[in-house]
Order: sequence, then structure tokens, then C-alpha cells
Amino acid sequence: MHNLTIAELVKGLQSKKFTSVELTQHFLDRISSLNPAYNAVITVTAEQALKAAAAADQRLAAGDAPDLCGVPILHKDIFCTDGVRTSCGSKMLDNFIPPYNATVVENFEQAGAVVLGKTNMDEFAMGSSNETSFYGPVKNPWAIDSVPGGSSGGSAAAVAARLAPGATATDTGGSIRQPAALCGVSGIKPTYGRVSRWGMIAFASSLDQGGPMARTAEDCALLLNCMASYDDKDSTCIEREVPDYTATLNSSVKGLRIGIPKEYFSEGLHPGTEKAVRAALANLEAQGAELVEISLPNSALSVPAYYVIAPAEASANLSRFDGSRYGYRCEDPKDLQDMYCRSRAEGFGEEVQRRILIGTYCLSAGYYDAYYGKAQQVRQLIQQDFVKAFDNVDLIMGPTCPSPAFKFGAKGDDPVAMYLEDIYTIATNLAGLPGMSIPCGMVEGKPVGLQIIGNYFDEARILSAAHQYQQSTDWHDLAPEGIA
Amino acid sequence: MSIERKEIEKLATLSRIAINEETISEVSQRLGSVLELVDQLQAANTDGVEAMSHPMQTSQRLREDEVTEINRREALQAIAPKTEDGLFLVPKVIE
Repeated sequence: MHNLTIAELVKGLQSKKFTSVELTQHFLDRISSLNPAYNAVITVTAEQALKAAAAADQRLAAGDAPDLCGVPILHKDIFCTDGVRTSCGSKMLDNFIPPYNATVVENFEQAGAVVLGKTNMDEFAMGSSNETSFYGPVKNPWAIDSVPGGSSGGSAAAVAARLAPGATATDTGGSIRQPAALCGVSGIKPTYGRVSRWGMIAFASSLDQGGPMARTAEDCALLLNCMASYDDKDSTCIEREVPDYTATLNSSVKGLRIGIPKEYFSEGLHPGTEKAVRAALANLEAQGAELVEISLPNSALSVPAYYVIAPAEASANLSRFDGSRYGYRCEDPKDLQDMYCRSRAEGFGEEVQRRILIGTYCLSAGYYDAYYGKAQQVRQLIQQDFVKAFDNVDLIMGPTCPSPAFKFGAKGDDPVAMYLEDIYTIATNLAGLPGMSIPCGMVEGKPVGLQIIGNYFDEARILSAAHQYQQSTDWHDLAPEGIA
Repeated sequence: MSIERKEIEKLATLSRIAINEETISEVSQRLGSVLELVDQLQAANTDGVEAMSHPMQTSQRLREDEVTEINRREALQAIAPKTEDGLFLVPKVIE
């Protein structure tokens, strides 16, 4: 059952081929036998899951159940789950049991989806390798000595290892697309404001966006149908009808104009990755799409702009973790300042502290204009590049990341080496555009991702192009050794 | 590029993060390498470019001034490090 897609599981459940309880037990068994090797899941909610599955079976028996009723999923541990620890991969929240559900969690609960547990992640979503998690790194199911990517590395590895057919994730600078690429799964970051951020622990509020991961584009469409919603509780959520993303999957790519940014095929791109991506583009061209070379001239500035804006917003967002009301508090604080300073020094890991310090620096008196103001102007230039490009093309495609999964510790002590991992994904977050990664090849036994960027609210077009590609290829069907 | 010790100490204070004496030089070096990356921004010509603070050009929504949340003091305080009589307890602030 674990090799079935969500679309197939939905059919199986609705036609009573198997029950949700059977399905849920099957995935719980897989988690308990396989997860110790990958560390992808950090909380398993077996009891609640079986209860929810039994309730889903009743709904299914009564007929007229929503698509996802009875389908088991995992939530990234950044989404608050009522009564279930939500750690955000940090010691700071190791003891945090939210008294409420995130809107995304609520949406899946309403639909009758079954939550198997919570996935590991880089601490506060800050990282591209899952090495910053308080719970230890996630291992890439394709190569146990390599990273799964991050920050949603637990969700990506869990889907790749068939511990769940789908999972939620979040993307601030590439945290859905890069791990999806490195683990050989499909993942979409929707337009900013498409998915509610309420109850999703904030990293950089003007960039953060939740989205689904699964093995196929069709499954991502099914999950996004449920995940996307207008939400009064998130003031940046866009009031706009959510289309049925599965309805347009079969649209042909004939006549589709695909922009290929020359900046995404320059120095630093692994030749094997380039070859796989070019082959994918050729496939779409053969199906009738038109490839158009374009330029996004300010691409090189996206990483520097991001490393001002994201830390600046993070330094403000993370000021709430002060040991007063919830989360970690240091032992025997001698006064209030000592409680703040030691709780934060002991509760946050090194990378999180570094970003808070950088953000504080960029926002502090005397530096604000030179850093934060400047970065916001550059952000405008980056967005304008995309606006101009989309005057002439329907989608933009290129590699998701520069090379396949690297080994643990390979990026060493230099934070900047790690930051450059997101060189092709960050710009879409700065612009607020939707982007997706789908598997498009293998290099040295590790998956390669094709990135598909769309115009604002054009998720349906991204998903249908991805689906058309997957109809004629089988990269998304490959399973790591020992998994199938 | 590295940041001076005094500056690191000031940042640590502003951020309310205690920094060990032994790690200051390492922290300074790593922050320096990030700032070097970020300094590439200075080369960009942004004359007359408006700052973009948010991807969507929308204004803040307003709502009716009505109570929408119920009082959940007990649930919210159940996860606090220390409480007493419905209050959050912190170390003594006033001598």
C-alpha cells in the first residue's frame, strides 16, 4: 500500500479496497521499523492516528467523504498541533504543547486526513541540510551519508522512504523545493498568502509559506486543494477562491512558453544536474512547449538580499521566546535580564543565534538604511525581473539547486557555503511567487530536481506542467534501495 | 571581515543572548563572513527604487471590533514555566 500514490489511496479507500485503519497501521509499522535509520519523524501520534482512522472509516462508510478522508499524512513540526508537542526542531520548544491547531492542521482534520506524527526539520526552519535540528539530522534515504536538504528535510525524507504518502512543509527560501529535489519527491511552495500562516511558527513573515510534498504533482494538487484556504486569522492571507488544482492537470503543454533564465545555468551548477534539467526541458519541448531564453539580471543579489531580510524578520519574530510564558527557561535565573539572556543562549542553537545577531545588526541604529533599506530596494528589483519575464513567458524553469545531496559536514564551518545552496530558490520567496520542484533525473545515485516557477496564483499551471512531465517519465516512481 | 568585540557585545545585549567569552572571536568571524556576503548589495544601483517590504501590494484588513476569542487562561498558562494565581511568574524585577 505504501507504493500507491495519494490519488490511488483515495480510490482504494472510497471503493473500500482497504480501510483507513489498515492503511494507517501499515504506515505506523513502517515508521517504527524504518524511521530509526532516517530520523525523519520526531513525534509519532499512533493512538490519535488510529482513532482518526476509525472515524474516517465511518465517514467513508456513510459515503460523500472528502477526497483526503482516511489518507495518512505527516505534519512538519512547525505547524501547531493541539495537544501534540510542536518543537520547530528547537530545544526552545522541546516542551511546547500548543493548546490549538494551525489552520493548515485544522483544514486536514476537517477533511478527515489522518495525522501519523510530526517531521524533523532544521531549527526554526533555518538551514538547508537538517543539520541544525535539536533532534539530530535527518538522513537522506537515497544516500545515508548525505543530507536530505532543509529545512523540510524530515517531510521530504519521510515521503521518499514511503513513511507517509504526503506531508506538509514550509518554504522561506527554498525549504520545500530544495529538500524535495534532494530526496527525489515533488513539492510546491504556493504564492505568498495562498496558504494560511496562522499557527505556523514564524521565521520570516514576509517570506514564509506553507505547501505540500508528495511523490507526484497530482498528489500535491490533492493536498494543496485542502491546504490552501482564505483565513481571517492570517491578515496576509489572500481572499481569493481556491481552484480545484486537480481539474486542470490534464491540460497539454502545447504552446506553453517556458522561460529558461540564463543566470540559472551559470558557474557553480553541477554538470550532471544541468544535463538532467536540460533533458527535462527537452521532454517538455517535445510535447509542444516552447523554450525561451530569458534573463533575470538581479539573480545574483537574491542571496545577499535574503540574508538581510530573513534574519531581520527572524530577529523580531524570535524575540517572543524569552522564557516567560512558554518554552524553555534556564535554571535559577538571577534576575529578569539573566532569564532572557540565558534562556535564549541555552534554548537556541548556533545557527538561530547567528541569524538573530545578523538581523539585529542590520536593523540597529546606523545600519538600517545601508542594510535593511537597501535589501528591500533590491527585493523590488528582483520582483521586477520576474514581472518583466512573465510578460513574455507562462512558466520559468531551471534547476532547483546547484548539485545533488552533499555529505554531512560538507559545508563545514562557513555559514555562507550553506546559504548558497538556495541560490536558485530564494528569489521566488523574495518576489512572493509560487515554485515547485519535481524529480527529473539521477546523478551519482542521487535525485535531481527540476524547478518550475509560475506567475502569482498560477499554481494550477505549474502543477499541470509537472503532471504532464510525470505522465511521460518515471523519475517520480523511483524508490531508494530497500524501500520499495 | 570581522566585527569588533565591542560590537558583538552590543548585539548580544540588544538580542538578549548571552555569549560566552571563549566564543566571541568565532562568532565575530562567522558573522563577518555573512556580512561580507550581504555587502554585495552595496554595489547594486537602487537610485529611485522604492523599498519593497511585502510581496503583495495589499492594505491591512480591518475587522469589526468584536470579541472573537474565548478566554483560555488555564490552557495557555498550563504550558508556562511558572505561574501563580493566574499570573506568569518571572524573577523579581523591582527591588
